[in-house]
Amino acid sequence: MSSFWSAWIIVLTLGFLVGIIWLLRWTMTNFTGIKEGELMDHEFDGIVEINNPLPRWWMILFWVTIVWGLIYLALYPGLGNFQGLLGWKSSNQNVQSLEESREATEAHREAGLIVQYDREMQAAEERFGPIFEAYAQQPIKELAKDPEATEIGQRLFLQNCAQCHGSNAMGGKGFPNLTDDAWLYGGSPEDIKTSLLQGRVGQMPAFSSQFNEQQITELATYVLSLSGRKVDPELAAAGKQNFAVCSACHGQDGKGNQQLGAPNLTDNIWLYGGSQQAIEETLMNGRNGVMPAWKDILGEDKIHVISAYVYGLSND
Amino acid sequence: MSKKITHDFVEKRVGWLAIFAIIAISIGGLVEITPLLFQNQTNEPVVGLEPYTPLELEGRDIYIREGCNNCHSQMIRPFRAETERYGHYSLAGEHVWERPFLWGSKRTGPDLARVGGRYSDEWHYVHMMNPRDVVPESNMPGFPWLAENKLDGELTAKKMEVFQFYGVPYTDEEIAGAKAAVAGKTEMEALIAYLQSLGTALQQQAN
Repeated sequence: MSSFWSAWIIVLTLGFLVGIIWLLRWTMTNFTGIKEGELMDHEFDGIVEINNPLPRWWMILFWVTIVWGLIYLALYPGLGNFQGLLGWKSSNQNVQSLEESREATEAHREAGLIVQYDREMQAAEERFGPIFEAYAQQPIKELAKDPEATEIGQRLFLQNCAQCHGSNAMGGKGFPNLTDDAWLYGGSPEDIKTSLLQGRVGQMPAFSSQFNEQQITELATYVLSLSGRKVDPELAAAGKQNFAVCSACHGQDGKGNQQLGAPNLTDNIWLYGGSQQAIEETLMNGRNGVMPAWKDILGEDKIHVISAYVYGLSND
Repeated sequence: MSKKITHDFVEKRVGWLAIFAIIAISIGGLVEITPLLFQNQTNEPVVGLEPYTPLELEGRDIYIREGCNNCHSQMIRPFRAETERYGHYSLAGEHVWERPFLWGSKRTGPDLARVGGRYSDEWHYVHMMNPRDVVPESNMPGFPWLAENKLDGELTAKKMEVFQFYGVPYTDEEIAGAKAAVAGKTEMEALIAYLQSLGTALQQQAN
């Protein structure tokens, strides 16, 4: 803040306080010429007024608030650039980037300033940091057997993941079920952690321009037959003719490809529904599955614990 | 002190009472608001802040029209309880181009200041159509008509010109192409584009 605006704030604030003190004294002065407790010189319908001052305790409250204000302004930052005797701040205010925010935090720590938010974070780091650090040292497979770790993982899951995957982790249409041990991008601890850290972008292209309605129906029928569903064999056989296009991602046998996030079509587990109609819709319009990246939001240590929870859901 | 001017004066003249009251109240504004109009921290955009694209801008107007800000704030306060959930607390420099700002104070739903990138577009679509499809406990209303209403983009360029006047760095080419960028898109697409942009300037710095 420039010294002009700093002075502006200081002069107006202190000037106003002085004004209040003057006003308080002025209004307490008896200008009526009538002594306290005596009758004022007016009367309406027999109702008279006695010259009574404000109660003393009330007056004292006025003075207390003024003194309180002055003490506050001395201790805390309120008067322009004056930082206050306590060296207290709520947070880093003059920052334009995360980098600057980190630098400000560091500078405040070295200067011994009390930054409320940073203190709060530091206290939490001291308390919870070692717990997460210890967990980070353990492999996810072992961590999944630690009841305390999985409980923490569950809390984090409910807070951050349940919006899509559901509070029971069983997902919904378009959002994978995490309890069924069917994995789009692999179910090893490392794969799960990678999905969480970096996110995933799945793309099923739309085939409405490449195939006509009849061909789409045939293809969908063939896809249904892959997981052993009862279908019209003629339609399925016709669909098989065009399956070569699909096999680029889903494989010749339709068992999918975890490198590409292409689902296994033979396990009768359907992300977007397993009815003839739903599969036709998928073929016509394509699908875009996006798992957001959480590395910057949650940090690696917490993701490690969530990975253990998720891994444990289908690996007891 | 002249004996004539006493407290009687304002007690009996309501016009003067109003004038004195306004003077007393405006001191607070002069001290707390006026200096902020001239501070770098409230006028300089944070590093990497991008103006809303035409589609995001339209989405923002839909956000306002539907009253999203009545339940969702866009202001993460510097408490651990909030930053653990939403990310780094909001900085003044993230909102320098917001007119009006949508900070809000009624926190019925989660804060949206950094909702950008947190969910997929698909999730937002499903959630906006019927929130309970993805979050059974939600009490948010559905907004299915957004998927049907189409934008014509008639006023988009004009809106951008107004923001340009206020100092948002839109180029003339961007304004010229605004209508084409928006026309035919649904309100749902616009709103999702807007939501996906929220608070991302700071996230991108981290990468």
